[in-house]
Amino acid sequence: MKNLLKKDGVQSFVASLICIVLGLLIGYIVLLFINPTGAGAAIMEVIKNFFHYSKPALQLKNFGNTLVKTAPLLMCSLSVLFCYKVGLFNIGVAGQYVAGSCAAIYCALQLGWGWLPCLLAAIIAGSVFGVVVGLLKAYRNVNEVISGIMLNWIGLYLSNMLLSNVKEVASPYTLHIKTEAAKALLPSFGLDKLFNGNQYITLAIPLSVIVAVVISVVLNQTKFGYELKATGLNRNAAKYCGMAEKRNIIVSLAIGGSLAGLGGALLYLTDYEQWLCTGSSVPGMGFNGIAAAFLGGLNPIGTVFSSYFIQHITSGGAFVDKTMYCSQISDLISSIIIYLCGFVLFIKYAMNNIIAKREKKAAAAGPEAPQPEAPKPAEADNGKGGEA
Amino acid sequence: MSENYAIEMLHITKRFAGIVANDDITLQLKKGEIHALLGENGAGKSTLMSVLFGLYHAEEGEIRKDGKTVEIRDPNDANDLGIGMVHQHFKLVECFTVLDNIIMGVEPNKMGFLQKKDARKKVLELSEKYGLRVDPDALIEDITVGMQQRTEILKMLYRENEILIFDEPTAVLTPQEIEELMRIMKNLSAEGKSILFISHKLNEIMAVADRCTVLRKGKYIGTVNVKDTTMEELSAMMVGRNVNFHVEKTPAEPGEVLLDVSHMTVASKVHKNNAVRDVSLKVRAGEVVCIAGIDGNGQSEFVYGVTGLEPLVSGQITLLGKDISHLPIRKRNVSGMGHIPEDRHKHGLVLDYSLENNLVLERYFEPEFTSGAGFLKKKNIRSYAEKLIDNFDVRSGQGAVTPARSMSGGNQQKAIIAREIDRNPRLLVAVQPTRGLDVGAIENIHKRIIEHRDAGNGVLLVSLELDEVMDVSDRILVMYEGEIVGELDPKQTTVEELGLYMAGAKKDEVSAE
Repeated sequence: MKNLLKKDGVQSFVASLICIVLGLLIGYIVLLFINPTGAGAAIMEVIKNFFHYSKPALQLKNFGNTLVKTAPLLMCSLSVLFCYKVGLFNIGVAGQYVAGSCAAIYCALQLGWGWLPCLLAAIIAGSVFGVVVGLLKAYRNVNEVISGIMLNWIGLYLSNMLLSNVKEVASPYTLHIKTEAAKALLPSFGLDKLFNGNQYITLAIPLSVIVAVVISVVLNQTKFGYELKATGLNRNAAKYCGMAEKRNIIVSLAIGGSLAGLGGALLYLTDYEQWLCTGSSVPGMGFNGIAAAFLGGLNPIGTVFSSYFIQHITSGGAFVDKTMYCSQISDLISSIIIYLCGFVLFIKYAMNNIIAKREKKAAAAGPEAPQPEAPKPAEADNGKGGEA
Repeated sequence: MSENYAIEMLHITKRFAGIVANDDITLQLKKGEIHALLGENGAGKSTLMSVLFGLYHAEEGEIRKDGKTVEIRDPNDANDLGIGMVHQHFKLVECFTVLDNIIMGVEPNKMGFLQKKDARKKVLELSEKYGLRVDPDALIEDITVGMQQRTEILKMLYRENEILIFDEPTAVLTPQEIEELMRIMKNLSAEGKSILFISHKLNEIMAVADRCTVLRKGKYIGTVNVKDTTMEELSAMMVGRNVNFHVEKTPAEPGEVLLDVSHMTVASKVHKNNAVRDVSLKVRAGEVVCIAGIDGNGQSEFVYGVTGLEPLVSGQITLLGKDISHLPIRKRNVSGMGHIPEDRHKHGLVLDYSLENNLVLERYFEPEFTSGAGFLKKKNIRSYAEKLIDNFDVRSGQGAVTPARSMSGGNQQKAIIAREIDRNPRLLVAVQPTRGLDVGAIENIHKRIIEHRDAGNGVLLVSLELDEVMDVSDRILVMYEGEIVGELDPKQTTVEELGLYMAGAKKDEVSAE
């Protein structure tokens, strides 16, 4: 058992679980403060999510809805994870996601493109946003967090501006892709049947999982992954052995950006949501991706599960009784839990400390060491020395 | 009698999974003495010091201070007992001044406001009393390694530590700075401080220490009075056999020119003047050319220019007849250049990679290790790594999969040398290849370098160790303030003459031949 706990993978898993439980607990306490009578029920709703419905058919359909939003979240967390391996904190993921969303919607509604070119446009838009950050980082050593955050806002308002051309007359939302640009709608390949005819279930869901597997292989099995990780761990050594470390930084941000951009397309091309052209905050999807990446132990396969969990909680928040709590409560609770999810590395660190201390104690108590007797001087005389 | 001892470590045993790092070791430090702790890499010196500092807990044994048993649970306890240490890798904040670094952690303040005036007075007094020359207002990043070390010493004195531990303090110093440090250490012990001097440089131990405790492979070998012993005896105790101090080699038979540097100028990162000015030199097949000089005279930048880590301002570099002046590093490496870098942690290794991944750092892209589709051939990497580990006797806890970070410095260096020499480069650039290593390892590395030369390759050696310069090289070029100021034949010159050139007191016009 002890040895099991020392394994990195197991540690990540346990740490993630601890974070989740802590998050739920704190969320519960917050609910208790606001309105004690409904707190237990509310937190249960968050955990239950689609089990809120008693009919299996409805459960299945809502499970599908959660999956629809898991796919883009997974792409964002893969983006964060990929850049993190190269030593970069890609907080620009939110802007890259926005750029991808905008490109997909614009190409679908304004240009009337099919779904495949729309996906490609999203990938390109996302990677352009990534490359800008990468170029600044590689050649001018501009901190990727600063330039990433600023690009997030540029991306948001650029998207609002562009997409205002394709918005509904009576509302601030963009037109429905399903009715206005049906050929841009992602194909479902019959997957919708598995979820009780949920029309939003498309290729996006299996595609995102496949991408996660591909990323895992690239990072662990290829020369490219070897170079990227070496650059992330020691930029000087990468340069010394002749790796193009500047190129690696730019390429990794380009790939990170394209992952996030694809994520945006995978959501909006299902027509599950429409873009809000008057929005004044960057969509949380990208930022949630950061939490998902850490909750998943920075492992591509781990992020598949962590992304699902975070989306599960976020969707579950919608079922909280609005007569007892104000309407923002669902977002508040899910964000508390997501926030705690960012503490995985800290929990891992604490766990290691505890294990080390236990071992120390065990080692101190273990062997019945006879107390050493009177000190045996190592040499016969003790008068010499001391004078210099 | 035990009250004569400042600190005693009695019968210390510390086990790690699988190995006994310290096996019943006793170390007794007398008040006011300089006590050397001698041992090869992996002999258990660092573990013993970590026990003293409370970083590790010994399974057996006890520690006494002034004859009283004490328990040291963490470094704060050690500090409270007046134990201070100058680490091999300094613990200084680069962008702070000397004074700020010294008072850090014990800042004198009134209601949260710093009172630097008093601190400065105390530091200046200490610096005068012990002959520790520092400029309290200089930034750490701007001062020499020697002054950085004096800052570390002042840090201990400022905290009024009575027991001072120096962990391989001379590894980073120039010969002149070493002499100064020896003087400082003697001053300190004359003032009643007890000094524990961890080293594997026998001549320094002979010069400065009163007594010497020797460890070998985690075991206590003995404690001797330095006055009553010889270097040969000490080294035999340390290594367990007699060591050949002299490097065996036949006279060089220089062949064709491998490296031709002409009028090379490289900019400096720290000042506006160029670090390397109009330097020309040639390295031929079958010879070891050594660039000697005091640290900071442009040797590092010269190597950066040759290996491609820094761009040239002007000049031309030709390797095997091919102009490589502006080629990227990878192209230079595959054109026949090997590079043992000066700083193994900064450039030489990816510390968080496994040993095997580090051993293929220069070769991972070759067809042997990467398939056409870009996938790593992990089996080949493993077997190649195991071959190198075997051939070069690289020791580590878990073999090929050991994280490089957890290996001892000597074995890290061996891994780099294995990686570079096994590629069989026509030109090997070796910068301080034996820095911080013990006698046995140095002997081994020198042998490898000479073998490489004898196989018809050229070696460009940059060294600060005078013994190494004199013993290994076939030709010595002295660098002073970015220029080559002298070419010497190691068989004809003396250390004294070399020193004059290194200090800039003597200067020749040197042609590129």
